[in-house]
Amino acid sequence: MLQILFRRLFLGFVTVVVVSMIIFAGVEILPGDACTAFLEREAKGLILESCREDLGLNRPAVERYFDWAWNALQGDLGISANGKDSIASLVGARLGNSLLLAVCALSIGVPLAIILGIVTGLWRDKPIDLLISTSVIFAMTIPEFVSSTVLILVFSAWLGWLPGIVLTSASAPISEFFPEIILPVVVLSMVMTAHILRMVRSSVIEVMGSDYIQMATLKGVPYWRMVFLHALPNALLPAINIIALTIAWLLGGVVVVEVVFNYPGLGRMMIDSISDRDLPVVQALALIVATVYVFVNLSADMLTMIANPRLRTLYTRK
Amino acid sequence: MNKSSIIEIRDISIGFTGRSGHTLPVLRNINLTVKRGETVGLVGESGSGKSTLALAAMGYLKRGLRILEGTCHFKDQNMFTLGRTELEKIRGGKLGLVPQNSGQSLTPTLRIGQQLTEALRLHSKLKSEQYHRRVLELLTQVRLPDPETVVVRFPHELSGGQQQRVAIAMALAGEPDALLLDEPTTGLDVTTQAHILELLRDLAADTGMAMLYVSHDLGAIAQVCDRVMVMYAGEVVLEGTTRQVLKAPSHPYARGLLASIPKLSDPHLPSALKGRPPAPGGAGNGCAFVERCGIASEICRSTRPSLASGPGNALVRCHHANLSNRLSMTPDGKKVCNADPNAEPAIYLDNLSIRYSKQSLINRLCGKKDISPATVDNISITLTKGETLGLVGESGSGKSTILKTVAGLLPPANGSIVFGDGENLPREVEQRCPNHLRRIQLVFQNPDDSLNPRHTIAEILEQPLKLYFSLTGQALLERSTELLELVRLGAHYLDRLPSQLSGGEKQRVAIARAFAAEPDLILCDEVTSALDVSVQAAVLNLLNELKQKQGTTYVFVSHDLAVVRALSDRVAVLYQGRLCEIGPAADVYSTPSHPYTEVLLNAVLEPDPDIRPKLTTDDVVELAPPTQGCPFQRRCPRKLGKICDTENPPWQQKENGHSICCHIAIEQLESMQFEEINIEPASA
Repeated sequence: MLQILFRRLFLGFVTVVVVSMIIFAGVEILPGDACTAFLEREAKGLILESCREDLGLNRPAVERYFDWAWNALQGDLGISANGKDSIASLVGARLGNSLLLAVCALSIGVPLAIILGIVTGLWRDKPIDLLISTSVIFAMTIPEFVSSTVLILVFSAWLGWLPGIVLTSASAPISEFFPEIILPVVVLSMVMTAHILRMVRSSVIEVMGSDYIQMATLKGVPYWRMVFLHALPNALLPAINIIALTIAWLLGGVVVVEVVFNYPGLGRMMIDSISDRDLPVVQALALIVATVYVFVNLSADMLTMIANPRLRTLYTRK
Repeated sequence: MNKSSIIEIRDISIGFTGRSGHTLPVLRNINLTVKRGETVGLVGESGSGKSTLALAAMGYLKRGLRILEGTCHFKDQNMFTLGRTELEKIRGGKLGLVPQNSGQSLTPTLRIGQQLTEALRLHSKLKSEQYHRRVLELLTQVRLPDPETVVVRFPHELSGGQQQRVAIAMALAGEPDALLLDEPTTGLDVTTQAHILELLRDLAADTGMAMLYVSHDLGAIAQVCDRVMVMYAGEVVLEGTTRQVLKAPSHPYARGLLASIPKLSDPHLPSALKGRPPAPGGAGNGCAFVERCGIASEICRSTRPSLASGPGNALVRCHHANLSNRLSMTPDGKKVCNADPNAEPAIYLDNLSIRYSKQSLINRLCGKKDISPATVDNISITLTKGETLGLVGESGSGKSTILKTVAGLLPPANGSIVFGDGENLPREVEQRCPNHLRRIQLVFQNPDDSLNPRHTIAEILEQPLKLYFSLTGQALLERSTELLELVRLGAHYLDRLPSQLSGGEKQRVAIARAFAAEPDLILCDEVTSALDVSVQAAVLNLLNELKQKQGTTYVFVSHDLAVVRALSDRVAVLYQGRLCEIGPAADVYSTPSHPYTEVLLNAVLEPDPDIRPKLTTDDVVELAPPTQGCPFQRRCPRKLGKICDTENPPWQQKENGHSICCHIAIEQLESMQFEEINIEPASA
């Protein structure tokens, strides 16, 4: 078991390294560099040269990659193209905000999705299932910027209950994000609930049709005991992975929602730094998002392995 | 209501609403009584409604089905009027179920101990501290070795036979008055099957439980049942004592069914029933069996026969029960023997050994050699042209592994495969040229999985024709039609999809596809195991006919010894990936045999209540072959002693190329086995 964990950790690390190379190469290929961005377009000749000399940009790409990667490994992501701020501290605050948004959305969305998924699965094709399943399809198909706009219109512009836009600065303490955070959280939970719910529903339906559930019924196991003891542990296994994907998606910056609500998270930072041509920041953010994806998925796989006796015993017993 | 009857089903009809909006019956007016201490068998092919009937006895209907009329009583309770809590009390308590395929019927996330404890908690009056002891008792009662370990296992960690025993133990937990058994031994190895049946028979005798035994396997029915009901298209067509039904059946369907079962004692090919059963609601006004019956007359088309007393006091649903003895009930197909010992060789398997386990990277880097014994080892067989070689053995004996290796899907660790003309076959399928691939074709067990469901039959057959012969246009069409006719399907099948075909028809298409490549060798992996017996007989006859016409060479793998005997010229017996015995079919199936072959043959269930299987060894599942000595050393009932553990047994040759790999001299084996056969009747 531990051996598998170490192997997967190693493979995850390799993936991140490969991704970092691709990111670095991608940024290299783009025309312009930190200096052209920093000095504006007019900068030519000597000034540009000396800037590059200062920042070490005239060294070979491979050398610079190792420099960057080595520093990144130690938590130093370099400095932003404006030449002043350390990226690590910039990102740190934004990451915290994204995390806050993710945690709020998850703590509402995941339990809701699982409960509704179970309900729709157990009462398949009954009115309650039709009602929930149809509304979920709506929630899924309406693009986030539309639902965001509609919510802002209704709750902020018309009713005036909630602020429609986040004005808090990136480094403000958590408490100041309320109640501004509520609308973005609602939009995000709607989207993710839909995906997880559909997964849970189909998984519940499949398990409830399985031989062992029929057997449990014919063994005289009371219905709810059967649902909780025999069906759900099996039905929820496949949900672990889709929840992990959702977590990764939330942490990786939900660009559209953050932009619409002006929320100071990773997604908006990404957009801002791209439009500012702040390449060191773009590079750092891409690396962080990739790392989050890899390790969230890895944890999901490990969790599945622990929760599924078939996989678990593969490694614990000979 | 009769006091002694435990299960009483009166005039029940069950159906569903079809697409047209009509009600289609799957069961029609069935009466069934099971008395205390009695075992009733329910026989029929898939779709006959036997499982539906058994589940109805528990008050359970599958999704979409509903009761049209009739009642189901357990003791004096009407199962379909009971509330949920009352049903929960009866089910698994006084009325237990042993399901088909226990592997899938045990909850995968719960340990065996937890599942048995649950049954006790629900249905026994024991206190919770007594559960553990009782669980161990139950596991011991179903003869599971080492119950302490089994308790903490998950279902997937047990073998098929062990899972089945756990399911039986679970049914016994409620100390039932009646036990429903839904195909409890289907899919198990012969030896395991025989052991489970013996266990059930003993349980019935010890506890006086009533049992309803549902199976398509007349061999199993013959072993455990007092009375048998034969079902066809949702009706009971014959009902009587086991002896009446199996020895002198008076219904044409039952006779046809018996004739379609390959028997160990009979080297003939089984004869197939023509046609197929009507779909639910398709039986018309007359007898449901009329289209397939050899003695049908005008009245059979117009009037549905009633279940009435027939010859020998059995109840039979037939207008001409008195004439039914004109119909044969023994296999009478002629087996073609193309095997000419002097024919040219088709393919050599030279000293093949196969490993599944890959060596770990670290071991390879350190230069450590894998010393665990190979999964399959030392297989050297020469097949001559036109010969059919049968491979038999229990699951895990390496039969399918060898086929995979010959097909190139699993490269051998050692040894080589050479065509008769001296052409060496590359180890892996990627390295083989199209002509190599063409010369070896595979037919799989389940045509549902091996035919692309989105391709029409024409597309399926055209693929090899385009690939190997570059046929196009008219030639392609003509050849596809020819192939369909070869397997006795018409050209009108060309634009159908596999889902529109029956199981037997699909398997025919799979066979036609293999023949499309005009191969030297066809590998058949359990090709009849997923089919009903009457369909199986048809496929066997087809393979036999093709062999005669085309001179094909087959390797035929099956766990069913009788099926292998019916088709094969030569038979090889495998245990733990090692050859035990090989020789002409007739010689392998008679004395002297390798002790393992003897165990297998003894365990075979014949559809005859007078032939009981003999159990001479435990049905232990060995996970890996022993590192040295005879592969069968741990289970051999005739083990000599230390020599079997330490030294590889020698190959002893008899006439006709029959050879046995054993330390015991052939003459000695023969006299031991001869003695037993002759002593047996006297003691019985």
